[in-house]
Amino acid sequence: MNDYLALFLQAAFSENIMLVFFLGICTAIATSKSMEAALGAGVAIFIVQSVTVPLNSLLNTYLFQPGALAWAGLPEIDMSALGLIAYIGVIAATVQILEMVIDKHFPKLYNAFGVFLPLITVNCAILGGSLFSIQRNYHLLESVVFGLGSGAGWALAIVLLAGIRDKLRYADVPEGLEGTGITFIVMGLMALSFMGLSGIYAA
Amino acid sequence: MERTVRQYLLEPLLARNPITVQALGICSALAVTVGLRPSLLMAVAVIAVSGFANAAISLIRNRIPNSIRLIVQIVVIATFVVVVDELLKAYAPDTSKRLSVYVFLIVTNCIILARVESVAMNKPVWPSFVDGIGNGLGYGLVLAIVGTIRELLGAGSLLDEPVFVTAANGGWYEPVGLFRMAPSAFFIIGLLIWAGHRLAKPADDARKER
Repeated sequence: MNDYLALFLQAAFSENIMLVFFLGICTAIATSKSMEAALGAGVAIFIVQSVTVPLNSLLNTYLFQPGALAWAGLPEIDMSALGLIAYIGVIAATVQILEMVIDKHFPKLYNAFGVFLPLITVNCAILGGSLFSIQRNYHLLESVVFGLGSGAGWALAIVLLAGIRDKLRYADVPEGLEGTGITFIVMGLMALSFMGLSGIYAA
Repeated sequence: MERTVRQYLLEPLLARNPITVQALGICSALAVTVGLRPSLLMAVAVIAVSGFANAAISLIRNRIPNSIRLIVQIVVIATFVVVVDELLKAYAPDTSKRLSVYVFLIVTNCIILARVESVAMNKPVWPSFVDGIGNGLGYGLVLAIVGTIRELLGAGSLLDEPVFVTAANGGWYEPVGLFRMAPSAFFIIGLLIWAGHRLAKPADDARKER
């Protein structure tokens, strides 16, 4: 049990997928302009991430790993080159299905997400999360925990970023550095502070 | 005004640089720039994928149904990425390992999707191809700059060849460890964006006067 808690904390804090692995930055810069948009994007990423990471991990175990087709009696076939196309397909399909379900059962939530949900297909945090869990050979339960942790970490980072940018509106930023430029400097400082969190799970 | 092929190639280098001016494709620009060699290899990979994906989409642009165009575009891009990844694994296995998942993440690089969506869907093959190459070069330019700064200050070397002799080897240079870590990349790109805005500004003003 402790291992899973450690994995969750690691994925959410010390190996934060946005601030340490630089994934999903384009979306973060676009949506952290307002707190509302940041919350929407954060929750959307969290949901999609916790669904697609285990799904792609399963696909990898039973289809694309070298020798994965042993259950079908074809142990010598290696389809790993096709993996990438399948993972992005799974992500696109999951996002589409999720959009339909949320639209039907939670119309309020659907309006809150707005355009972010379809755009998540091309968010590198999602594909990156799946690829990391495959590269590190997580088994199913580990990939569930990793998906939840990295999604929560991304959501946390973007909400923090939106809060800081909100305050920055009153700051006197040099000409030309406003907007994207200063956002990067802020993210750098946040990444520094997240590095300091790397000690918490060792104890 | 119709843009010439030359403009397609040269404008994305500075005036419309995808990273510093349009703020696209930043994730991988931050992640792979610990050293100059992975940066350059990543740049070559993106230039190739961007050019060929643009050309391929442009070839079939009149046959793609509008409702599923995003999926078609992504699958075409993913196919080229797989080809590039296999080539890298065959000819540069060490660097390919250092790039790890970031080669695959070219699929979700917003530069390529943005070029495909805005140029390849509307323009003939040759300008689309050149536009893809130009934007890849603009991306590569930024990667090379960031990679040079980070490797030189973080390890005192360039392309893994020592330039400053480090204190550990009896020299004078004490490497700044921060430059090998995540936060420095944010700072460098932030400052480059600042520089990019200042450089692009005269062009903006000139355009307004016209």
